[in-house]
Order: sequence, then structure tokens, then C-alpha cells
Amino acid sequence: MKFQKERNNKSNIEEGIVKKVLFVMALTAITSLGLIAFFIFNEGMPFMIDYGIADFIFGTEWDPSNQVYGIFPMIVGSVIATLLAILIGAPIGIAVAVYLVEIAPPKVARIIRPAITLMEGIPSVIIGLFGMVVMLDVIRRLARGPLSEYLPAGYQTGYSVLAGAIILAIMILPTIISISADSIRAVPNEYKEAALALGSSKWQTIYKVVVPAAKSGVLAAVILGVGRAIGETMAIIMVVGNTVQIPEAGWEGIFAPVRTLTGNIALEMGYAGPEHRQALFATGIILFIFIIIINSITLVLRKKED
Amino acid sequence: MINQEERNVKIAVEQLDFFYGQTHALNSISLDIKENEVFALIGPSGCGKSTFLRTLNRMNDLIPKTRVKGSVQIGGQDIYDPDVDVVQLRKSIGMVFQKPNPFPISIFDNVSYGPRAHGLKNKKELMGIVEESLRQAALWDEVKDRLNDNAMSLSGGQQQRLCIARVAAIKPEVILMDEPTSALDPGSTTKVEALINELKQNYTVVIVTHNMEQAARISDKTAFFLNGYVVETDETNQLFTNPKEKQTKDYITGKFG
Ligand SMILES: Nc1ncnc2c1ncn2[C@@H]1O[C@H](COP(=O)(O)OP(=O)(O)OP(=O)(O)O)[C@@H](O)[C@H]1O
Ligand SMILES: [Mg+2]
Repeated sequence: MKFQKERNNKSNIEEGIVKKVLFVMALTAITSLGLIAFFIFNEGMPFMIDYGIADFIFGTEWDPSNQVYGIFPMIVGSVIATLLAILIGAPIGIAVAVYLVEIAPPKVARIIRPAITLMEGIPSVIIGLFGMVVMLDVIRRLARGPLSEYLPAGYQTGYSVLAGAIILAIMILPTIISISADSIRAVPNEYKEAALALGSSKWQTIYKVVVPAAKSGVLAAVILGVGRAIGETMAIIMVVGNTVQIPEAGWEGIFAPVRTLTGNIALEMGYAGPEHRQALFATGIILFIFIIIINSITLVLRKKED
Repeated sequence: MINQEERNVKIAVEQLDFFYGQTHALNSISLDIKENEVFALIGPSGCGKSTFLRTLNRMNDLIPKTRVKGSVQIGGQDIYDPDVDVVQLRKSIGMVFQKPNPFPISIFDNVSYGPRAHGLKNKKELMGIVEESLRQAALWDEVKDRLNDNAMSLSGGQQQRLCIARVAAIKPEVILMDEPTSALDPGSTTKVEALINELKQNYTVVIVTHNMEQAARISDKTAFFLNGYVVETDETNQLFTNPKEKQTKDYITGKFG
């Protein structure tokens, strides 16, 4: 038989080895994910059940020295900071993406694109430094100046969920820009031509045809941004004040210093005793669940697109 | 005195040259296209038919590094005059593309896209235009119960008729068609051809086609393009039965192309 397999052919053996090595590597990735999940749940879950899941999640007091562990303020802090960051970052990011793909002259785009990539690579601690020096100052002036009569003294330090949100917005911008730019670029040229040929202006074409046609990608970009924002730790610790409290309802609340889930873990792990430590792992579980939910939404959206 | 001949000219092209960067795609084209006429453009691939068609609604403006010389007058107005608003121009010159390109939104929204973009908001009026346009495009009966379905769920032939309806909805004066049936099956092609015959009651139609039988069936006049030149323009019957130029004859008898 002409095409019979050669059992001991050298290249066949090599191929077999390469396949196995790659498989082991792929396995490593999955295993480490599994290990991390197992480890966090193993350390945190027993404590959470012991303490009472509802008490842990909805408890509003966090006082480790008296064995009180309620993380609701941190959940609120993370959620508000993230939502605010998206509120600021998503419109800007999408606008920049549209500008980059549809409007910017090639020369300008050639400058902006690498700048965005660079921005993505800036260590978060550096962005945090910028926030501490520049943004806190601006917010403090605002809070102590024109807004001082409306804000309680504790809200006038500059350290605030607003500062955190702006920092997060800056950090998620590159993600939102590059992913929505990709999906805007992928909108078939035929749609644009059809719209323009019907006598719609360039601007109408963009907001009535191009952006809607790219909307699932844009949405995915925003959700990815949410994931990144909620997981961000270093920069946000530097500007958000880290006070365990639920901000007042109303606009004043955005000037309140808060603490996030991530900040809670990072700030206290260093000196935590055994039970306290478990409570921090349990905080990690909640964070983990948030991330899983967000990623599942992205997955569902991707599927819908196909 | 203006005689009948001159008064009816809708599109007057004079000494038109077109360049893609260094490529000289159109060479000194001069043509007159009359009102309510179906005007066919034929010629081998790459001879400049699409380029010419797209100079008529300035779609070539979208391609960087292109250049136009000469004049195109539509309804007596030079469309390359610096004062011309391209968006306004395209409202009165509809275009149907080779590949059906409905937007990935509902059938209703597709047809009402143009009028809406031009500022019409009244739901009832929009509905009226949508129905009228879909009837004109001979698509109404097939889609009237599913106007909210996504246009992508239509067949290729239906999509192309939808694109024609979408153009009819802006009530243009001229409709440009670039090989509108080349992606369609014979049944749909017949429908679209019948439609073109209807359309000429209200519009001036300029159509690019690779299919010479089609040109013969539907057009009043035909221009034969070759390498960026117009070799011959004549009444369609005349051009196909009794071409003046040898190149035209060679092409229509299938010697090349
Ligand atoms: N966007 C473009 N950039 C550069 N050159 C182009 C572009 N579009 C067309 N051309 C060139 O211009 C010439 C005319 O092309 P055009 O598309 O008008 O031909 P056509 O007659 O429509 O051909 P077909 O029958 O294949 O559609 C060709 O040589 C083509 O390569
Ligand atoms: Mg063509």
C-alpha cells in the first residue's frame, strides 16, 4: 500500500512529541485556573458558611479586631466605582474608537494608535501616582471650594469614589477603544456605501449604521472594561480613600471615600490573623464570582454574534 | 429655441477624465442621458463602467487620491461645482449595488432609512412611503406581514428588491444600478428586470451590466466602454444589430471580453 503509515518514521515521532508537549502546556493553563479557584474557595468558603453567607455579604460593618466581617460597603464601593468608571470611560472610549476608524486622517491615526497601546502598558501604580498628585488636588479644591457647603467634612479630602472612577476610566480606556475600534473596522464597507448613497451625512452614517452594526463588539468591549475595572487594585487603593462606608445616596455620594473588594484584600492581608485571613479569602470569592458573571456575559454576547 | 432632444437631457457628461492615483480609469467620456430613459453601460471587466457610474453620484469621493476632470451636469447643474452639497446630491441620485447590501435591521427600518435620515419623523407618512416603495419594488406582497423581521432573513433576490425599494423611498430623480442582477438567480433577475421597466416611468435609470441580453432586453440606449474610453453610444437596437465600430462588433459577438 502506497500511503501506509510508517510506524517509526522520525517526523511522525517528533510530531507526536510536540503534540503532547503542547497539550501539557494547555493543561497547565487550565490547571492553574482550577488551582486558584480551588485554593480561594477552600480557604474562604468554610469561613463564609461558618460566619453566615448573608451576614458576610450584607453585613455593613467590617471590624476584624472584634470579629465582625461584613463586606457590603466594599461591594457597594466596587460596584459604584466600576459603574461610574464605565459611565465616564465608555462614551469617551467609543467616541475615540469612532474617531480613530471613521474620521481621523491616517496621519493622526498613526500617532494615536501606538499611544493607546502604550497607555495600555502603563503600570497601574504610575496611573495611581498621577491620580494622587493631580486628580485628588482638583477634586479636593472642588470639594472644599464651591461644593463645601453641600458636602460633609469627610467628603472633602479629595480621596473619593469619584477619583477612583476616573482612574479606572483612564485604565479601561485602551481596552474599550481598541476592541470597539476593531468591531467598527469590521463593519462591512457596503453598509457605509449604502447609507452614504442614500444621502445620509457622514455623521448620520456613523451613528445610525456603523455603530449599531458594531454594537455587539462595542458592548463586549464595555463589559471587558467592567471586568478590568472591578479587578483593578493598586491604582484605586491610592486614590479612593479606603474608608469602609456606604456613601450617602445622592450626588454627594461620589465624593465619599470608599473601599473596594480588591483594596480590602490588598490592604489587610499583610497583617491578618488566621480568621481575618479567611475573611479576606472569602472577599476574594465574592470578587471571583463577580468576574465569572461578567465573563459569562461576554461569552453569551460572543455566541449571539456568531 | 430649445428642441425636444436637448430639453430631455437629464445627465450631460462632457470630457470626463477620472484617475485613481496614477491609474487613468476614464478617458474623455462624453455622453448624454435622457429623462425616463434606461441607459445601459456594457464592456469587458475593468473597462471603467463602475467607475463611471460612481462619478455620477460622487461615490468616488470616498476613495482617497482620486481626481476628476471635465464636467457632469445633472438636471442642468454641474455636480462637481465646489458649492454642491454631496449629501443633497445623493438624495436625488439613488444607487443599487452589485451585491445586495441591506442594513442588518428590520425590513421597515431599511426602507424608511433614507426618508428618516432626511428628517421625516411622522410614523404614518413613513409607513405610507414604505408601502409605496415596497410595492414599486414588487416586494410588498412577500413581506407585508413581516416588516419587522431582519432584512438579512430575506433571500438574495428579495434583498436586492429591498435595496431597490430603499432607493425608491428617497424618491430620487436618477437611479444608478451596478450589475444589480449578477448575484441573483434567473427568477429574481426576471423580477428585477421587470421592475426596471416600471421604474423608468418615474426615473432615469443608468445600469451597468455584463449581460448583453439583459442590456438588449431592458435598455433604450447603450454605451460600450473599453479601456476607459467610450467606443460607441447608440440606441440599444442599433448598437446590437448594427454596430458602427469594429471593437463593438467584436465584443457583442463574443470575440473578446
Ligand atoms: N478603488 C480603486 N483604486 C484603484 N484603482 C481602481 C479602483 N477601482 C477600480 N480601479 C481600476 O479602475 C479601472 C476600472 O475599474 P472599474 O471597477 O470601473 O471597472 P468595471 O468596468 O466596473 O469592471 P467590472 O466589470 O469587473 O466591474 C480598473 O483598471 C481598476 O483596476
Ligand atoms: Mg464594476
